Amino acid sequence: MASLYLLIPITILLLLIAVGVYFWAVKSGQYDDLDGEAERILFDDEPEGEDKQ
Amino acid sequence: MTTSCYHCGLDVPPDCHFPVTIEGIEQPMCCPGCQAVAIAIVDGGLGNFYKYRSQQQTRPEEGVDNRFAAYDLPEVQEEFVHHLDDGQLQVELLVEGITCAACSWLIEHHLQRIAGVSAVRVNVTTHRCWLSWNNSQVPLSRLLSALQEIGYRARPAGDEEVRANRKRENTRALQRLGVAGIGMMQAGMLAIALYAGAFDGIEHQWQQLLRWVSLVVATPVVLFAAAPFFRAAWRSLKSWHLVMDVPVSLAIGGAYLASVWATVSGSGEVYFDSVSMFTFFLLLGRYLEMRVRHRNEQRMEGLGQLLPPVARRVDDQGEHSVPVKALQPRDFVKVGPGDIIPCDGVVVDGHSNVVEAVLTGEQSPVEKTRGDAVSAGTVNSENPLLIEVQAVGKRTRLSAILQLVARAQLEKPRQLALADRLAGYFVGFVLLVSAAVAWHWYQQAPEKALWVTLSVLVVTCPCALSLATPTALAVATHGLRQRGLLVSRGHVMDGLLKIKRVVFDKTGTLTTGEMKVAKVISRSGAPEQKILAIAAALEAGSRHPIARAFDECDGGLMATAIDNRIGAGVSGIVDGVRYAIGREQYITELFGRSDELPEAPAGGEVWLLLASESRILGWILLRDQLRPDAADAVARLQTNGVQVELLSGDRPVAVAALASQLGISHWQGGISPEEKLAHVRQLQTQQQPVLMVGDGINDVPVLSGADVSVAMGDAADIARIHADSILMSSEIGVLPQSLTFAHFTHRIIRQNLGWALAYNLLALPLAALGLVPPWAAAIGMSASSLVVVLNALRLSRGARR
Repeated sequence: MASLYLLIPITILLLLIAVGVYFWAVKSGQYDDLDGEAERILFDDEPEGEDKQ
Repeated sequence: MTTSCYHCGLDVPPDCHFPVTIEGIEQPMCCPGCQAVAIAIVDGGLGNFYKYRSQQQTRPEEGVDNRFAAYDLPEVQEEFVHHLDDGQLQVELLVEGITCAACSWLIEHHLQRIAGVSAVRVNVTTHRCWLSWNNSQVPLSRLLSALQEIGYRARPAGDEEVRANRKRENTRALQRLGVAGIGMMQAGMLAIALYAGAFDGIEHQWQQLLRWVSLVVATPVVLFAAAPFFRAAWRSLKSWHLVMDVPVSLAIGGAYLASVWATVSGSGEVYFDSVSMFTFFLLLGRYLEMRVRHRNEQRMEGLGQLLPPVARRVDDQGEHSVPVKALQPRDFVKVGPGDIIPCDGVVVDGHSNVVEAVLTGEQSPVEKTRGDAVSAGTVNSENPLLIEVQAVGKRTRLSAILQLVARAQLEKPRQLALADRLAGYFVGFVLLVSAAVAWHWYQQAPEKALWVTLSVLVVTCPCALSLATPTALAVATHGLRQRGLLVSRGHVMDGLLKIKRVVFDKTGTLTTGEMKVAKVISRSGAPEQKILAIAAALEAGSRHPIARAFDECDGGLMATAIDNRIGAGVSGIVDGVRYAIGREQYITELFGRSDELPEAPAGGEVWLLLASESRILGWILLRDQLRPDAADAVARLQTNGVQVELLSGDRPVAVAALASQLGISHWQGGISPEEKLAHVRQLQTQQQPVLMVGDGINDVPVLSGADVSVAMGDAADIARIHADSILMSSEIGVLPQSLTFAHFTHRIIRQNLGWALAYNLLALPLAALGLVPPWAAAIGMSASSLVVVLNALRLSRGARR
C-alpha cells in the first residue's frame, strides 16, 4: 500500500499535463468546428488537376 | 414523373433543359443558375464534391452580383480587413449556402487555386470562412465573385468585438467544462475507494491520504470551474432575487467547505465527488444553452447591413466611389440598375423602376421619374438614376422604421420560462427547510447538525431541475433547425404551445413572389414554343419580375433595338421582324391592333399580349406561384385546431382568390400595417395568441406585436432580424410540424421538471432524518441528472421522425 505515496503524485502530475494539453487544444481552436472536421478526413486531399490559375 | 435538379434538389420545370455532365453522366438541372454553378464546379476539377456531399445545395441566385467591387476600396476594407505582418490581408467572411462538410472542401479547394490566395479555412458549424490573400495579386472582389460562381454568397462578418467576446466566452466555457470533467472522474475514482473503505473498514492513514488527494483534485473544480455560479448567485442576492444559482452555490460551496473541514480535522464526511459531479453536469447544461445562443447570433450577424458600403458620388470632377458615410445632403449620387439606393433623396435625372420590398414587402416595382422621392434601402431595378441626397444614416426613413421596431420589441411582455418561475419557490422552500432541519438537529444532537444540514443541501441541489429545461430546449432547438425553422428568441418554444391562430401576410409567404408562365394561348397559329422564345428574347435584358418569368424559356433568340416602356411593355427586333410584348393598350398604341382578353385575370395574374407589326401572335398568362406545400400546410394547421387567417395589403379580389384556393375562410384585403397590428392585438385580447408569418418591413411592427413571429427565409433582412424565428427553407409545411414538435418538447420538459422535483422532494425527508450517507447522495444526484438528460435526448429521435 505504501506505493500509493508514489503513484498518487504521478497521477496528479499526469492530470496536470492532461489539463494543460486540453487548454492548449481549446485555445488553438480545435473545438471550434465540431461538424466539419469529422468529415474532412473522408475527402481526397487534392482534386484532379491542381493548377494555379 | 418529375425529375429533381441534381444540384439543388428542386423539381425541374417540364419545359426546361439545362444538363451538366458530371463524372461522365449527364445530370438534369432546374435553372441556369444551378447549371452555371455546376459547370463552374466541374470545370474546376472539383466534381468529387457531388460524391462527398451529404445534403443538397441551396438554389443559387441567378445573375452575377457586380457590387463586390465596392469591397476593394480601402475606406470600406478598413472596417473588416486585417493586415497581417507579412503584408497579406485577412478577412472573416460569413458564407450563405453551406449545407454540409463537403461545402468546406469545395470552397477551400476552389479558392486555394486562385493565384494570390495563401490560406482558406472554412468552419462548417459557424458558416465562416477565413481568407488570407495578397492584395497586389488578386482583389477581394475577385475572391467574392469566385465564391459566387460555385453558389455561395459571402459578406464580411459582423462586429469584431462581438466576435472576440463570443470566442472568449466559448473558450472559457470549454475550459471550465474540461476541468470539471477531469476533476469529476478523478474525484469519483478516489470516492469509490473511500466508499469501499466505509463498508469494509479502512485504516485512518489511508482514508486521510485519499481525502487529501480528493481535496487537491476538487479545489480547481470549485474555484475555477464553478466560479460562474458563485458570481451569478452573488449578483442575484445583491438585487434581492432568488435564482437557481443560489441553492447551487450553497450546495457546492457548503459541501466543499465542510469537506475541507472534515479532511483537515479528520472527522465527518467528505463530498468532493458530488461537488465535482454537480459542477460538471450544471456546466454541461449551461454549455448547451450557450452553444444554441451563439449559433443563432452567428447566423443573424451581418444581416443588419441593409445599405451598400459605397456610393457613386457625382460632382464637378466627375464620378467617384465614396463611402456612404461620407455623403452629405445636397450631394448627387448615381445609382445603377440592380444597385441599392444608399440614401433618401429625390430623383433629378433618369427614369426607372424601384423595388421597395424592404419598406413595403411588395415585390412589384414602383415607377420613379424626375421629382419622385426614393428611400434608402430600396433597389433600383431598371435604368440608372441620378439622385439628390436629402438624408443619410440615422435620418433616413429606413432608420426611423428600425427605431420604431426596436421600441415595439421592448414593449413585448417578457415570458418567464417555467423553470425560472419554479426556481424562486423552490429556492425559498429549500432554504427554509434547511434552516428548520439545522435548528432541529442542533437541539437534539448538536454534533450531527452540520452534517445532516449539509446532506439536505447536497441532496436538494437542483441539479436535475436546472438541467431539465436547457437540455430539452437545446435538443429541441436543434431539432427545429433540422426541419428548417431557426429559432432566435427564447420564448418561441413556450409561445408555440399557446398558438390558436396563424396569420399569413399574403405576398411572399404563401406565394413565391416570382412570376411564372402559367398558360400560353396562341393566335393565328403561332407555335407556343416560338411565342415563348420571342418573349424571352425581348425580356432578356430586364430584371423586372415580369421579365424574369421568361428566364427559363430561353430559346436562343436575340433581340436588338429593344425599347422598354416602363409599366407598359417592350418592343424589339428579332430575326428582322419588329415584335412587342406588353399590356393590351401598349400593343394597340404601337401597332394599332388588338385582341380580346381570353379571361379576366385573377389575383396575382397578368396577361401579356405578343404581337408583330403584321399580326397578333398570342397571349401569355403569368401567375405568381403558390408555394408548393402551402395548401397542404394550411389544411394540416386547420385539422390541428389552429385557425388560419390571411391579412394583406393587396387588393381584396386578389386576396379572396388566394384564400379560396387554399381553403382559408378568414381573410382581409387592402389593410394597412397599422390595421394589421390592431387586428392582431384584438385577437390577443380575445385570448387568441397569434403566430404571424411575414416577410417585408411593413410586416415588422406586426411581427413584433405577435406572440410568435416567423419570417420567411427569403424575407427582407430587416424582417428576418426582428422575427422570433426564421423559416430557412421557406417551406410552410414546417409550421404545422413545428407546432406539433413544440407540444412534444413541452411534454418532455414537464416530465423532466416533474421527475426532478419528485426526486428532490423524496430525498429531502430522508436527508432531514439523517439517513442519506454521501455515497447515496452521489448516486441519487447523478441518476436523476442522467434520467433528465436521456429523456431530453428522446426529442432528437422525435425530430428525425
